[in-house]
Amino acid sequence: MSADTTTQETIEAEAMELHGLVASFDKIDEFLAAVAKVRDAGFAKWDTHTPFVVHGLDSAMGIKPTKLPFLVFGAGLTGCTLGIALQWFTNVFDYPYLISGKPIFSLPANIPVAFEMTILFAAISALLGMLAFNRLPQLSHPLHSSRLMKRATDDRFLISIEAADPNFDPIKTLELLESLEPLQVEAVEA
Amino acid sequence: MSTSTSVAESYLNNTTDDPTRRAPLIVGDNDFHSVTDAVCGIIEMPKTPPAWWIAFFISVSLTGVLFAMITYLITTGVGVWGLQAPVAWGWAIVNFVFWVGIGHAGTLISAVLFLFRQRWRTSINRFAEGMTIFAVVCAGVFPGIHVGRVWVAYWLAPIPNQMSMWPNFRSPLLWDVFAVGTYATVSLLFWYMGMIPDLATIRDRAKSKVRWFIYGILSLGWRSSNRHWHRFEMAYLLLAALATPLVLSVHSVVSFDFAVSIVPGWHTTIFPPYFVAGAIFSGFAMVVTLVIPTRKFFHLEEIITLRHLESMAKIMLATGMMVGLAYSTEFFIAWYSGNSYEAFAFLNRAFGPYAWAYWIMVSCNVIVPQVFWFKKFRTNLIVLWVASILINVGMWFERFVIVVSSLSRDYLPSSWGYYRPSIVDVLTFVGSFGLFMTLFLLFVRFLPIVGMAEVKGVMPQAHLKDVAAQGHGDYHGDILTERGGVKS
Repeated sequence: MSADTTTQETIEAEAMELHGLVASFDKIDEFLAAVAKVRDAGFAKWDTHTPFVVHGLDSAMGIKPTKLPFLVFGAGLTGCTLGIALQWFTNVFDYPYLISGKPIFSLPANIPVAFEMTILFAAISALLGMLAFNRLPQLSHPLHSSRLMKRATDDRFLISIEAADPNFDPIKTLELLESLEPLQVEAVEA
Repeated sequence: MSTSTSVAESYLNNTTDDPTRRAPLIVGDNDFHSVTDAVCGIIEMPKTPPAWWIAFFISVSLTGVLFAMITYLITTGVGVWGLQAPVAWGWAIVNFVFWVGIGHAGTLISAVLFLFRQRWRTSINRFAEGMTIFAVVCAGVFPGIHVGRVWVAYWLAPIPNQMSMWPNFRSPLLWDVFAVGTYATVSLLFWYMGMIPDLATIRDRAKSKVRWFIYGILSLGWRSSNRHWHRFEMAYLLLAALATPLVLSVHSVVSFDFAVSIVPGWHTTIFPPYFVAGAIFSGFAMVVTLVIPTRKFFHLEEIITLRHLESMAKIMLATGMMVGLAYSTEFFIAWYSGNSYEAFAFLNRAFGPYAWAYWIMVSCNVIVPQVFWFKKFRTNLIVLWVASILINVGMWFERFVIVVSSLSRDYLPSSWGYYRPSIVDVLTFVGSFGLFMTLFLLFVRFLPIVGMAEVKGVMPQAHLKDVAAQGHGDYHGDILTERGGVKS
């Protein structure tokens, strides 16, 4: 493919400082097969970029399940505890309310607020935890200057391999990506 | 609006059920790129359509009316409303319950249908979630201004105040503050999080620096990485699992405002499920009311298909029947309990001074949805649209009947009276529609109204061609041929 030779020439001629290489695909089947091959080549700093969640991609990449549920569970428990503590502190300890002879502390009346606080804390931690684990927001990233990346939010499936990976070799990695028969390969500057 | 005959014969009709084949969720000759084009095209239109401007002008004017009425109320006092003793809860509470209820469809579509793996939700969930937020904004206005002295509305929150007193946590009104506050926050988070990948799509297509910059910031530097998608999916699942009990709790807590009191007609255990069913009923009606003109105007018929509308009609039929069952159960219990006050409250509802409102409610909520037994009507856009509006009217009257008929004739016949809203009540309510529509129109013009990333995931192209590698059913459980080498 002529486009690929140009990529190789660019890398050599300009001796550009590489962030990595990006290859694009447009068919799920070919893409998933290619992803499995890159995984088996033993790279660590590589990624795939898809416009939507592709099922089977996690196992094709060998991604470990996220720890997010534990964080959310912890946040939910915190919310629940805080909810009950808040009601106990305000209505029992700091300013006891005696209302129509009802017990000064009765859990059933405190359930709705404790429940809402559980959900609130858990939900906020789900969003913030997801962003934190993903190191987002990250407005500046070398991949954003990639031409191929513009279509990863539209209709293309990409594989990116970082130059920082110990197994990365500009020529060999490029050959590997080309052997996967992508639509295009692009060298991304650091 | 299309007539049923023309649609029924065209390729747009995906309502036929063939047991050997899943009905397509997206019709027409669409691929990933054409979906992106169709949805982003609305935001990228070089010139805003005149019809949008006209609608926006009307909506903003009505919003102006709302704020003028609120200003008048605050500077004068709640006496400008038709409130009286014993009807101290009037239209403000009716409108609050009405708007909160409308919001429920959004969460039901985005969270509950997600957990049940109802993949048709993807075309309408963003739209419905947006509607949820705007409805909750409108709902939040009413209790806020109903407190009378809005400058001390912070007394609702557990914040130290000049009286050194804390809110009473045994009061359902305070539970409501927490429930609605949590609901608004979680709905907003859910809506925004789902939108991040789509905002990135708009960023990547941006032709102007301004658009690139704004959507770039809003999308938080999303780079579609699968390592990110993995956690995103988990966060989405968790939020759906949290929002599901939340949405059921919100209208339950709203119903506690009534059910925990000892007013006849309010003091019933049926209220929480009855309110939740009614909320979903009215919410779906509002989604249908908004989605029919929007899909037509922005040419989204291939994405928000006739089958989506038909499914929503079925949900309206089911929830409408639940509401009807609740109405009759209330009557049965009023008689069966042997409580004369309860029996009076219900006879008074159906045959007393507010009988007109009661029968509007029954006609709109129980009789109108019966047309949805017939596919001919479920797939007729005009019937569907008119019915959805009538259901909204009926659901507003349901809350009116509950609030006003019970309060206006309490235990003391000497204080009985006939409640009438003032013009300020009416204009405030009409104005709240202005606020709702203003927010909605801005949403339609500036944000992706269809969740592109989710719609693409349910298209046939998103799944493996090799049948042997496919999982079962609706593409669920697709696997790549070998999993032996995967260490996960």
